[in-house]
Amino acid sequence: MRHAGSWVRLVLLIAFVVVFLIPIYVLLVTSFKPLTEADPGQAWNLPETWTFEAWGVAWEKLAPGLWNSVLLAVPGSILSCALGSMNGYVLSKWRFPGADVLFTLFLFGMFIPYQGVMIPLVQLLVGLNELTGLQGVFYGGIPGLVLAHVVYGIPICTLIFRNYYVTIPDELIEASRVDGAGMLRAYWSVVLPVSGPAIAVVIIWQFTSLWNDFLFAVFLTGPTSWPTTVMLNNIAGAQATPYSQQMAAAILASIPTMLIYVLLGRFFMRGLMAGALKG
Amino acid sequence: MRRVRAWLPGLLLVTPSIVAIGVFVYGLLGWNFRLAMTDQHDEVSEGGFVGLRNFIDIWDQARWHLSVNHAIVFTVVFVAGALVLGWFLAFLMEKGIWGEGTFRAIYLFPMAVSFVATGIVWRWLMNSGMDERAVGLNRLFDAVGLPQWEWFRNQEWGMAAMALPAVWQMSGYVMALFLAGFRGVPEELREAARVDGATEWGVYRHVVLPLLRPVTLSALIILGHISLKVFDLIVAVSGKQIVTDVPAVFMWVAVFDSHDPAKGATIAAYIVLSVAVFVIPYLIWSVRKERRS
Repeated sequence: MRHAGSWVRLVLLIAFVVVFLIPIYVLLVTSFKPLTEADPGQAWNLPETWTFEAWGVAWEKLAPGLWNSVLLAVPGSILSCALGSMNGYVLSKWRFPGADVLFTLFLFGMFIPYQGVMIPLVQLLVGLNELTGLQGVFYGGIPGLVLAHVVYGIPICTLIFRNYYVTIPDELIEASRVDGAGMLRAYWSVVLPVSGPAIAVVIIWQFTSLWNDFLFAVFLTGPTSWPTTVMLNNIAGAQATPYSQQMAAAILASIPTMLIYVLLGRFFMRGLMAGALKG
Repeated sequence: MRRVRAWLPGLLLVTPSIVAIGVFVYGLLGWNFRLAMTDQHDEVSEGGFVGLRNFIDIWDQARWHLSVNHAIVFTVVFVAGALVLGWFLAFLMEKGIWGEGTFRAIYLFPMAVSFVATGIVWRWLMNSGMDERAVGLNRLFDAVGLPQWEWFRNQEWGMAAMALPAVWQMSGYVMALFLAGFRGVPEELREAARVDGATEWGVYRHVVLPLLRPVTLSALIILGHISLKVFDLIVAVSGKQIVTDVPAVFMWVAVFDSHDPAKGATIAAYIVLSVAVFVIPYLIWSVRKERRS
């Protein structure tokens, strides 16, 4: 009886896998089709002749966006990691009066819909452009977008590091204090060397969010600084773009985060769980 | 004095973050609410204080009603769909099954991809063309004799179709949450219930499900707040079409097409309020719970 039950479960799980993979099948198959096979009647068929034609065009159109996304996501995730680590350290090991309230106030920043700050943020960044005389840097540039992501990433990064550092025994910090180490020395010599897993989680989480973000990008960047998502949406939104190119571009845009997911899935999962407010 | 010296360095170290969150989260939220209470309906005028007038006037607009209704339909279908599917997948796997790691990896992978990228496939899958012009699901449905649909272009139920890609994208996440929840139920509790003569169903009903309540609540909060601000997915699948308008898209149109900052800020304020009414109590509750334990 129990045996039969597990067969039923296995069959159901495999059926769901098939459903979950339908979009992937469509993406791959369509992206390898030549334009001559764009007829709706062949929509679900495998390509008769496989070609990289659409991939080539998609790469040419998307390349500037991919590069902008690298310039955005790499420094952005490293900065977020540094800030999150320091905050998490203080909020778990060097608590000051009101630290809990402050942490709650930080957490709300994780849940606010960013629409609620977007219009003033645009005005603020335009103001910074004028104030510094750096046109197209804060508003309309990658640095402004990095700034926004780093600031709004503080809550989640702090949360992940704090929950991780709570598991480091206080005695280790105490011991280094007895040896005369201050806060920063204790951080450098005791906490940072064991931070590896939390750093991996935060970098992966932030890299993925920065890479996949569309909302901030569409409000804050201009044609020269559009990251992948905005360019992809423009390519796909143009009526003239054939499906094969749209699908190839969608795959190209997803390769970095998919690679991270496949290679470092374990850390990706932990970031997700932290998002659920569970340590 | 010595106590102050003990915590002051820590406070100094987090000060940059406190200032950043203070300015960019709370300061800008306040600025947005202030802007929503002015009559700055173009990009050059100063804008005078008009109180809550924008918040009331927006209900006179047919498009606002439409976008609110759409958001409600989307939220109900998406939250219920992702919750039930995610729960069911976890339920199928919770006792351990051959190939579990692979199943989990496949159900979760859509989380790693942007809504913009997946939106491109789903727009193709949910293409409203029918019969000889049909691509995507309609072509497939036609071939096996199922009815064809207008999908997201349907005036009444289009938003329910729009929720499908979101369910596809997020149910793996819900599965992971529930799976962790299931695994957190001590085996002794189940065993004790069985010894007391409970059926396998009774064990679920009276032991496992009550213990899953906190996980369900977390999942509800996460799905709910994603749903109420949904933007990328809608833009990627259907752009600015009225038939799939939601508050976040309406706000985008108000800012970039109508050039009306006060109206955009009003819509944004409503989105924030709709999320805050359930997230703030939830946060306070979970921080208190953590402090107790």
